[in-house]
Amino acid sequence: MNQPIKPLNVFIKGLLLFSLFNLVIAAWQPRVGQFSLYNVIYPGRERLPFGENPKQSYNLSLFDLDARFASHVIAGTPKADNEFRVVIVGDSSVWGTLLKPDETLAGQLNADNLNACGKNVRAYNLGYPTISLTKDVMLLSYAKQYAPDLVIWMTTLDAFPLEKQTSTPLVAHNEEKIRELATNYQLRVEADDPNFVKKSFWEKTFIGDRRSWADLIRLQIYGVMWAATGIDQFYPDDYERAQTDFEADESFHDFTPPDLNEEGLALNALEVGFRVVGETPMLIVNEPMLISSGANSDIRYNFFYPRWAYDDYREIMTALSQRNDWTYVDLWDIVPANEFTNSAIHLTPAGEKLLAETLTPYILENCR
Amino acid sequence: MALENILILAAASLLWAATFRNHGRTWFMLIASVVVIFWLQPALPIRGADFFTPLATLVLVVLTWFITAADETRKQRKNIIILLVVAGVVLLLNLARFLPADFQLFTASRPPQLETTLLIFLVTGLTLLALSRLTRFSASFLTVGLVLTIGLFLALKVPALTYWTAYFLRSLSGQNVYASRITDFAWLGFSYVAFRLIHTIRDKQSGRFPSVDVGEFITYVIFFPAFTAGPIDRLERFIKDLRAPFAGLNLEAFYFAGQRLLIGLFKKFVIADALALIALNDTNATQVTSAFWMWVIVYAYTFQIYFDFSGYTDIALGIAQLLGIKLPENFASPYLKPNLTQFWNNWHMTLTQWFRAYFFNPITRWLRSWQKPMSMPMMILLTQVATMVLIGFWHGVTWNFTLWGLWHGLGLFIHNRWNDATKTKAAAWATTPTKQAILHISGILLTFHYMAIGWIFFALSSPAISWQVILKLFGVN
Repeated sequence: MNQPIKPLNVFIKGLLLFSLFNLVIAAWQPRVGQFSLYNVIYPGRERLPFGENPKQSYNLSLFDLDARFASHVIAGTPKADNEFRVVIVGDSSVWGTLLKPDETLAGQLNADNLNACGKNVRAYNLGYPTISLTKDVMLLSYAKQYAPDLVIWMTTLDAFPLEKQTSTPLVAHNEEKIRELATNYQLRVEADDPNFVKKSFWEKTFIGDRRSWADLIRLQIYGVMWAATGIDQFYPDDYERAQTDFEADESFHDFTPPDLNEEGLALNALEVGFRVVGETPMLIVNEPMLISSGANSDIRYNFFYPRWAYDDYREIMTALSQRNDWTYVDLWDIVPANEFTNSAIHLTPAGEKLLAETLTPYILENCR
Repeated sequence: MALENILILAAASLLWAATFRNHGRTWFMLIASVVVIFWLQPALPIRGADFFTPLATLVLVVLTWFITAADETRKQRKNIIILLVVAGVVLLLNLARFLPADFQLFTASRPPQLETTLLIFLVTGLTLLALSRLTRFSASFLTVGLVLTIGLFLALKVPALTYWTAYFLRSLSGQNVYASRITDFAWLGFSYVAFRLIHTIRDKQSGRFPSVDVGEFITYVIFFPAFTAGPIDRLERFIKDLRAPFAGLNLEAFYFAGQRLLIGLFKKFVIADALALIALNDTNATQVTSAFWMWVIVYAYTFQIYFDFSGYTDIALGIAQLLGIKLPENFASPYLKPNLTQFWNNWHMTLTQWFRAYFFNPITRWLRSWQKPMSMPMMILLTQVATMVLIGFWHGVTWNFTLWGLWHGLGLFIHNRWNDATKTKAAAWATTPTKQAILHISGILLTFHYMAIGWIFFALSSPAISWQVILKLFGVN
């Protein structure tokens, strides 16, 4: 015989089960990000998820590295025997702000159908729009599982100051990954770095961490729009061009002219990067930047850099790479000023093409 | 209504029902409804408009009650008390202008100067006084009320009129008239308020208006659970629940209310809001690159609008049930119906019933009364198309809503003719359960896709983009 339902009992049982579920989530911290509809139901993204206006870009930023990579095309592309896999890491200039996926450096290299040592070159865009060497190393260490044949690490001076290393949200929310790099590869990280976001037990429960869960689900849902439109960022009709006139300002972070203090630069992160990739060849590329000819351009190259700091940085990089026998490619001035968009490091499609053409010989040289 | 609004209203209703039961229940519903229409009204760029639009709702409701109520009901002293209480609540909300901004909880922006509100009360009071002095109520007042309500409705639904209304209101408030936009004048809940008012005026004209005091009437028209998204209840049914003794919330009622509320919240804030991320809109309509994905986003919209709307209905029914009001159902698995006629009998049921009662049936009767009535198919075509186009206009007087109405009017007509022509043959063929199931499922799929294509006109703002989407769906362009 059916017993009548007792709503209060149902309510209490439901509440208990939900509480238990929350406690299990908090204690277990499952890595659900690695399960993705990308590369299964819809194609993987050509670049890592990033977006500040999801409704327009069908893309969003989240801190879960598993989820980020699981949504990327690299996670769903088994490496073929005849593939020469090139992984490119770096900042927004690699990711491709204002550029369509096929207009980015990776896209341009793929369009060229290069052949290296009898293998087809396939470049993967693993850039991410924040500037920090530590962030790059973290992504690089994750990308290693995809067996790259060559790594291109695009960087610029603004990624070097120590104060910028852990302040980027992606790094700040992934302390565990950074500590692993410190343990395994001697990445220098302060023991009590205040930038790291530490979650309390409550913040690890399903309710406490609901934002992360929601982001994960939204990322999957936006996969439909990515598949349907091929759009993964908002392209404004117009934008403000990169600044070319400046105040007579020589400042660069906390450094004082005439020389950069190497103690204030995260040179250790570069070394860690090389340790992480191990035997895999890696190019360190000083990425192109806008060289202004506007007001006070004798003092500053652009919005980011006073001349003294940047010139010193190039000298440091040259010396460091020679000392360590790194393949260092300095392409700082190869792109004319009119091929930059809204920032001194964001290139137009033509600028990216020029960059790709310049890098091609280095790629071909470094195949094994 | 946002999630926090819903949770607060549900909690307040539950608390009242559990604590006070029948004591002051009608007062609670009246005062809560008055406060809620101010609370939910979004901020408007026209100065004071987000306070004056709900106030205008109240004035309109009171005037409509006055012209529809029976003489003896109107003269009852309790009406004056109720009106004073309602005015007092509005004044209290207005007085919040003197509180720090953090305490102005029930209005979207700082309430306007008190003098204007008092002036509106004075004018309304004098109008009521003048009307009450008339020894005999003329039926023409009802016509004036009807025209005024429909006029206001058009001012909100015809984009050009909305623009000029915004222009006029901006000039009245001394603001830049050249910045006028049709979005300046978003009168929350007016579509539903207008239809309830028209219903009562028409019922009065046909002698079916029940005797209700002003408090009951205001509660009916602006009943807070159903204020923003329906359902459109009928006055005589609502009053029965309102007057029925309420012994408090029993476990069964609580279970029903809680279940509807939770189902509604899940439908709206989980399913519909998730589907909204990928549902058809003006932007993505032009971005989608293939027919397959175009179908996906059209399906997403089709389900989003259902879960959104039916979710709100569930929420309204759940909250109302906490207070002992059993609002009518609005949806009954409409996408599982095997033909368009059945779909419309199960989608936004209270709106279609309203149109059937106040437009379709009267106009059909009128056409039949002609000395030389037109042919039956012609009459069906005319009445179905006119009804559906009007339902389209209820959402907005635009080309796309017109096309949406035409699409459904023609669909209903074609279904009617097809059904007449094939009924016998279909019955003769479908002699086994399998064949009957085939017919039934085919009907569901066909109806669903007819609906889905119709939603394209509803979701988008221009016929050109809608046409592009339809072409893309079928692999053209």
